[in-house]
Amino acid sequence: MIWLFVLLWPLLGIKPEGLEVATTFSVWWRIAIGCASILVIYQLNSVGAFNFITKPVGEAVGGAKKATSTLPFAVWAFAILAFAVAYPHLFGRYAQDVAINCMIYICLGLGLNVVVGLAGMLDLGYIAFYGLGAYTYALLSVHYKLAFWICLPISAGVAGLGACIIGYCSMRMRGDYLAIVTLGFAEIVRMVLNNWMSLTNGPNGITGIKAPGMYWPDFANGMTLEHLWLKKLSLIYYVILALVIFTIIAVYRLNHSRIGRAWEAIREDETAAEVMGIPTFYMKLLGYCTGACFGGMAGAFYAARMRFVSPESFTFLESAMVLSMVVLGGMGSIPGVILGALALIALPEIFRDFELYRMLVFGGVMTLMMLFRPQGLLPPKRRMKAEKD
Amino acid sequence: MAELHLHDVSVRFGGLQALAEVNFSLMPGEIVGLIGPNGAGKTTVFNVITGVYSASGGHVEYNGENLTGLKPYQVLHKGIARTFQNIRLFQNMTALENVMVAQHSRSSCGVFGAIFRTPTQKREEARIKEKAMEELRFAELDEFADEVASSLPYGHQRRLEIARALASEPSSILLDEPAAGLNPAESSELMETIRKISERGINVLMVEHDMKVVMGICQRLVVLDHGVMIAKGNPEEIQKNPAVIEAYLGN
Ligand SMILES: Nc1ncnc2c1ncn2[C@@H]1O[C@H](COP(=O)(O)OP(=O)(O)OP(=O)(O)O)[C@@H](O)[C@H]1O
Ligand SMILES: [Mg+2]
Repeated sequence: MIWLFVLLWPLLGIKPEGLEVATTFSVWWRIAIGCASILVIYQLNSVGAFNFITKPVGEAVGGAKKATSTLPFAVWAFAILAFAVAYPHLFGRYAQDVAINCMIYICLGLGLNVVVGLAGMLDLGYIAFYGLGAYTYALLSVHYKLAFWICLPISAGVAGLGACIIGYCSMRMRGDYLAIVTLGFAEIVRMVLNNWMSLTNGPNGITGIKAPGMYWPDFANGMTLEHLWLKKLSLIYYVILALVIFTIIAVYRLNHSRIGRAWEAIREDETAAEVMGIPTFYMKLLGYCTGACFGGMAGAFYAARMRFVSPESFTFLESAMVLSMVVLGGMGSIPGVILGALALIALPEIFRDFELYRMLVFGGVMTLMMLFRPQGLLPPKRRMKAEKD
Repeated sequence: MAELHLHDVSVRFGGLQALAEVNFSLMPGEIVGLIGPNGAGKTTVFNVITGVYSASGGHVEYNGENLTGLKPYQVLHKGIARTFQNIRLFQNMTALENVMVAQHSRSSCGVFGAIFRTPTQKREEARIKEKAMEELRFAELDEFADEVASSLPYGHQRRLEIARALASEPSSILLDEPAAGLNPAESSELMETIRKISERGINVLMVEHDMKVVMGICQRLVVLDHGVMIAKGNPEEIQKNPAVIEAYLGN
């Protein structure tokens, strides 16, 4: 711990102009005090000094939980949905922008959750499928003028096909090896996007992508259908909202089906799963492809929303980000992944002033999570049960 | 009615001959015991039959079909289910889900069916659940359906593994030391369960060290020692067989 602080001081001072140790002192001591107090609290807590606070608080939380759990799930879902629908009318452009960003990551997180949380395969290259989806729509839109809604399933398909090819080669590997292969694959995809000038225009990216269009009944001209480009932020917000809802429902239903159970069985014990009649190779490939399809859809939306794609958006950092959401939120849990995405995308926006230290705090939070709550913020229901016993 | 035959099955692990030309059969309606000292190769027999290991010589035949080269899930599809010596449940799934997994090979719905909840998928899902509950009831575990497998007591976990194997609608079941770690009351319950399984028309092949259980329910015994089949016959003959006595008491 002390070493960390000794190192931290000069590290914080590294600026393009050179080392500026003195000015960083103010930040340094804040972090130091913060960490020290957390450490003290942790020590006291483990001794049991806070029992007089934690007990009543725990009881209060338990009571609140009981009160909320008596409300049926439908009420909750409806309230959240109502809020989500009203959101663009309540908040300004900036907040809408953040929300859209957030929802793209929710889609990605849920897709990756199928691969990592359900099927238990560590995938460090998930962002490649996001990129494949984005470029598929970009190219189809620019060269063939195909509509977004047609391209959405095509993008999902292309991403899924990509996953099939990679998966077929790498599914025989387990654990860490698989992680490294997928990581390598993601880099290959990025390199291809970067260097295939004639197709992807290299690092300059592709511009002139069409926004999603829609037919809208036009009452002024009698009952004709008018074609509308969904360029306005509040309109595009609803597109991603629909996509998120579709993804949530799809992942939930998959999870509670024969397919989802097979994935979970493979995650728990691959040999036992195979002996109990699950073709593990095929099911893992299927899980990998299904996850990639969701990523591809999110990618197509991303291209339609930015109306510009370039390889820069699909770096390893993004993969790591999505993976962190899944881990932070709780692997295999849909609300957990949503919460993880909100935490990792929305919170940094709120604390924009501390942007410089974002990665630092991010690392710190992840470390704390691993120490205190390795199962994630909102682990899947039944696992919580298991831990209580 | 299903017949299982092992024809001169051998298995090698590097320099170790784990099984040497083992021959025996499991005929319709039988309960056969596979016994032998530790390391004799009993679990290896199960692994060869279910396709986890491949035989280096000989072959396994089920209902006239050669099982050589089949993957474990294909062997299960042919109707051979098994349990494990060291319990291998899906620890973080509920008891019901554990049993439902075994229906995978008897159902067919795909990703699209699941996402769009087609009527076929709904019907199939209901049938899977029905079947799983039936097996849980058979194993007297229905009240624990929603418990996580890892939270069940040891004896229940053993029974859950049997329920899971039965839920795949097998014609033969292989039990690897089902009585290991059970107390005498639980063991006699287990014997009752195995008899009931046999009455359902399922052939039973079991590995067991508990001689009371083995002598109590097995109609025939096969004895292995160091991978070699040293005797087979009914329990009375085996108990008197000098080779068996020597293998067990050592020299
Ligand atoms: N995968 C493997 N690789 C190498 N050797 C193995 C393997 N599996 C089993 N063996 C060896 O094969 C022999 C037979 O093992 P097996 O597990 O079949 O014995 P067993 O009769 O089931 O014994 P136990 O009563 O202890 O369960 C042992 O010597 C074991 O070490
Ligand atoms: Mg054994």
